Amino acid sequence: MRGLGLAGVVLVLLALVYLLGDKSAALVNQAVVTGTLLGGVYALVSMGLTLIFGVLGIVNFAQGTMLTLSMYAAYVLVTSLGLNVYLATLLLVPLLFGLGYLVQLLLLNRLMSEGETEGQLLVTLGLSLLIANGLLLAFGGQPKSITAPVGGNLRFLGAVASVPRVIAFVGAIVLALALTAVLQRTRLGLSIRAVAANGQGAAMVGVNVKRVFAVTFGLGAACVGAAGGLVLPFFSLTPSTGEQFTILAFVIVVLGGLGSVTGAVLGGLAIGLLQTVGGLFVPGTGALLLVFAVFVVVLFVRPQGLFGSDL
Amino acid sequence: MTVDQSARRTTVTTTGGTGSQRQYLVLGVVVLLLALLPLVLPEERQGVAVRTLIFAILAVSWNVMSGYGGMFSFGHAAFFGIGAYVDAYLLVDHGISPWVAMVVGAAAAALFGVATAYASLRYKLAGAYFALATFAFAQMLLLLVSNLSSLRGTEGYNVPILSESSWSKIQFPQGDSRYYWIPLGLLAIAVAVKIALVNSRAGQFVVAARDDATAAEALGIPVMRYRLLAVAISSAIAAVAGVYYVQYYLFVGPDNAFGGSVSIEAIVPAVIGGVGTIWGPLVGAAIVGPLSELTSTLLRNPPAALAFLEGKAGLDVITYAVLLIAIVIFLPRGVYGSLKARFGR
Repeated sequence: MRGLGLAGVVLVLLALVYLLGDKSAALVNQAVVTGTLLGGVYALVSMGLTLIFGVLGIVNFAQGTMLTLSMYAAYVLVTSLGLNVYLATLLLVPLLFGLGYLVQLLLLNRLMSEGETEGQLLVTLGLSLLIANGLLLAFGGQPKSITAPVGGNLRFLGAVASVPRVIAFVGAIVLALALTAVLQRTRLGLSIRAVAANGQGAAMVGVNVKRVFAVTFGLGAACVGAAGGLVLPFFSLTPSTGEQFTILAFVIVVLGGLGSVTGAVLGGLAIGLLQTVGGLFVPGTGALLLVFAVFVVVLFVRPQGLFGSDL
Repeated sequence: MTVDQSARRTTVTTTGGTGSQRQYLVLGVVVLLLALLPLVLPEERQGVAVRTLIFAILAVSWNVMSGYGGMFSFGHAAFFGIGAYVDAYLLVDHGISPWVAMVVGAAAAALFGVATAYASLRYKLAGAYFALATFAFAQMLLLLVSNLSSLRGTEGYNVPILSESSWSKIQFPQGDSRYYWIPLGLLAIAVAVKIALVNSRAGQFVVAARDDATAAEALGIPVMRYRLLAVAISSAIAAVAGVYYVQYYLFVGPDNAFGGSVSIEAIVPAVIGGVGTIWGPLVGAAIVGPLSELTSTLLRNPPAALAFLEGKAGLDVITYAVLLIAIVIFLPRGVYGSLKARFGR
């Protein structure tokens, strides 16, 4: 429901830009297409975070750097094994799942009792520093990139969209559908939802809560596993590439509603559009400032109670 | 205070006057000993020592708001950066002394801190949400400054280098010990302020609000007022660290004033040393500061087994990231906090 409301607000704002703004329709069209595709990337990063934040209550500050890690892994698979980047993506999903599973099992599960929010935040922060600097140590700071296996542009409403970005967008939608299916249709999904709703109750009916925690963090990491391969063709890669996504992902997750995959997709699109369409009116990185302003307002007017979680 | 809360935080001893006298005495001795350091330290190590002192001040500041106040700040860069930019703006554009900037910057940062904390607390943001909000405020300042050409955008400020020593502009010959003694003095003042706060009635109220805001409120303590007091003191101290940072490095830009790494460097020494203790942040800074020097020396001249590391960057942060994770999981009270719990009074 909240997702639909959000979509409504975005559509109304867009209509206002078209009708009342002083920018040409072609310019706005391009911004909308670019923003939608960018939103797909944001959705990719936020989907995993919404699970981790919503189910475990963990502020995973390493979400962005886990994306960087996944991109480097994809880079290595492509450049040294000669794999197609999209094939590499399929390998990255289980790889990152395993990593996330272990991180939760070995580190974060020790900090799952109430009032440990700061401890969890600090551990994921440490993890983020560890990954980013580990990559710096291993690969150096020079930007790296691969040539996309498919190139070219699609034309849409007179606007140009590069094919790798469209593929990433489609990937985001497919991933969202797959994740929703797992959560809604499988036994595992049932236990994840049970733990999210009432951990103690779930434990009492025989759910292995610690294992569900680990699987959930694993799924969250698997999402950035998929994202890493999908965005590598159009991002230049440095050890800090992913960091910019971390806070944006939190904005999106709070905007879309904790634990809601659909919310993450719609929130991602909303923020992507805000950034590109807003960028038409505000110079430089001012559009990003707009994003943070939205974040703070959302934090204030939709306090945690409304998200059904009392962190 | 319940058991699970005290696992992360150390109770403040309510010893009153005599306790604080003892703490001031320890502070005096520690500062005197540290003041002798430039006499034995080779000149090229001064940078590490000064950097350690600056981040010790920042960690002391963070500890007031987050350790004692229980309001987890993930955006201390906001206050540090305000101090840094007030200094750069006043000095470079108007020729006003950094000593004035310390007062103005501290006031501006305290104002900003109180305003943002008031808004966040008023809307009942707590825990992770409060932390995210502070982070967002620091990022907003970063973006704002990068876009303001009147504050030189992404270029930042270079402090003009004077031809002669000047106390009022805090400029001395390179390697001068005064570059070390000034931040040491500032650190001493910051710690003294913290001791005074912790031992005061106001400080007890701050801690009471941290441990159980509802109960404190029920006892008639104006929780919001005392929380904001802690935020104001904390932001002011952080701003002073920012002012001195610019004076020592003679440069400030959006990233090294408001960047996320500044906030992290405020948190890490406090957590490693011991959150909610007087000496924890100092112990933490004394561990983290030299550690980065140690690892960078290791990278310059690695032993044969680690030869592949030569000339690489990142090992210093890796070491303290590992330390951070290990401390949070195995020593939640930090190095000093755990020692105190084991051997303390």
